[in-house]
Amino acid sequence: MTNIREVTVDELRHLVSDRAMTGETMLLNMGPQHPSTHGVLRLLLELDGEIVVNCIPDIGFLHTGVEKNMESKTYLKAEVMTDRLDYLNSIGNNLTYCLAVEKLVDLDVPVRAQVLRVILSELQRISSHLLWLGTSCLDLAAMSVFLYAMREREMILDVMEMISGQRMMTTYIRPGGVWRDVPPEFVPAVQKIVDVMPGRVAEYESMLTNNLLFTERTQGIGVVSAEDCARYGLSGPVIRGSGVAFDLRKAQPYSGYDQYDFEVPTYDTGDIYGRYMVRMEEMRQSVRIVRQALSRLPAGPVQSSNRKFVPPPRSEIGTSMEALIHHFKLWTEGFPAPKQSVFATTESPRGILGVFLEGDGGPKPYRVHYVTPSFINLQSMPLLTRGHFVADVVGVIGSIDIVLGDADR
Amino acid sequence: MNETLERISKDMQERFAAEISEYAGDSTVILTPEYVLDAVQTLRDEYHFNMLVDITAVDYWPDQESRFHMVYHLYSMLNNLFIRLRVPLNGNAPHLPTVEKLYPAANWKEREVWDMFGITFDGHSDPRRIVMPYDWQGHPLRKDYPLGYEEVQFTFNAAEIDKRKPYAKE
Repeated sequence: MTNIREVTVDELRHLVSDRAMTGETMLLNMGPQHPSTHGVLRLLLELDGEIVVNCIPDIGFLHTGVEKNMESKTYLKAEVMTDRLDYLNSIGNNLTYCLAVEKLVDLDVPVRAQVLRVILSELQRISSHLLWLGTSCLDLAAMSVFLYAMREREMILDVMEMISGQRMMTTYIRPGGVWRDVPPEFVPAVQKIVDVMPGRVAEYESMLTNNLLFTERTQGIGVVSAEDCARYGLSGPVIRGSGVAFDLRKAQPYSGYDQYDFEVPTYDTGDIYGRYMVRMEEMRQSVRIVRQALSRLPAGPVQSSNRKFVPPPRSEIGTSMEALIHHFKLWTEGFPAPKQSVFATTESPRGILGVFLEGDGGPKPYRVHYVTPSFINLQSMPLLTRGHFVADVVGVIGSIDIVLGDADR
Repeated sequence: MNETLERISKDMQERFAAEISEYAGDSTVILTPEYVLDAVQTLRDEYHFNMLVDITAVDYWPDQESRFHMVYHLYSMLNNLFIRLRVPLNGNAPHLPTVEKLYPAANWKEREVWDMFGITFDGHSDPRRIVMPYDWQGHPLRKDYPLGYEEVQFTFNAAEIDKRKPYAKE
């Protein structure tokens, strides 16, 4: 640890302009310990006065080797690591992984579990958007929105705690269904959230949408066209904020999303304001989906009865020899999966979230790869910030809604 | 398999000598490295695969023959289709052309594959590591890279283990 090599400008020569070499423009380091980089993101800014000439993101400070670690765990145990990637969308990470495992081994999911998955994914989407709203407005010096957004997010985290015992790292969705049935208090608690939320969203909008201080900082900044979105692989609220109604819940429905009636909100401007408008409307649509799901939540099992893949409930283990054997085998050795590969995708609050999963005939995944929206969104930082003020870089980072755990994996 | 995918597979087989496989509704086109650029360009320009969703790799160590498989996932918004390309690569330090010029999104994805697997991309505009520290030795997602733990050194194998330690040599 004695010789830490320094990076010289020569190594970044191909990324900065000629003017940087003569000292006409300045290279400024922003982060990795900066309050508005939403975690540990380092940006190397090339500045002409206060104007950004180029922006070079440097990621990897939160790299935890999750993909490597998952290769040494069984399919059931590896799932615990997926929560830690995008820690604001842990339900979505679990869901995508479970969809991939279910696709790989051809496992069925009961209807009740599917409806619960939809309810929780949408609650998670609302809570993620609330945190985005709070923190990104905090970056634009709107302090009070943060406090309001946290208040509502707390109600959703209480529901997560109620069902799984954990507020954030739930691991509630499991291959073949969900961990266990929800408690009786679940439905009233969710009902309360969907009753309260539309009014609260209107409250946030009354503070921001027509607020001159907010619109001056957001309109016309960080503009990206629909074509560039597709070329750079941007998805989620970013591409919808540029006027493309692309949502995997509609395009490639999973967990029965095709049975719900909801709209994909879009906005034409493609700037920070457009993404803000899209996310606000998305919260309303999520409430709408949760309301429909609650009204049709059927009774029945919450896990597949295929005991070759799904561990039996605790109550069976005491009375059934076979259940005991399955329990033991599934938690020690795990189940084998075919030597094949699958790709499962969901719509995370940030865009396309995908899992590439490959089996090798044994009980451990041979390769797991997470396709994460934050990684792709961050890549477009130079495109979004060029020509804007340094102060607007902060607004742009907020508007693409990055989670560094998601980007670095 | 729907008819658009069938048409694409047939075209890929005829023009690029590709093999087609299907599992659980996912279609895979298996290509040789020399056809990658042309095949990706054809998919983008003729079949409207306007989004590059992912580039990654899989390591089949200790096999030397096609040790790595490059895996590309493309998405077509117009046809609402995902397609997977697989490119087997031979040897320990393989290289293949970059698709960055076709999809700018490939820039970081290919940097990540270089970082994690040590596969070089010819013509890449920014061939640096991305998530590991810039002075890191080795490529962590290779199957011959140990999972972090320290091997126990005894007097008879201390020197041998020391030799293959990837870092922290004083």
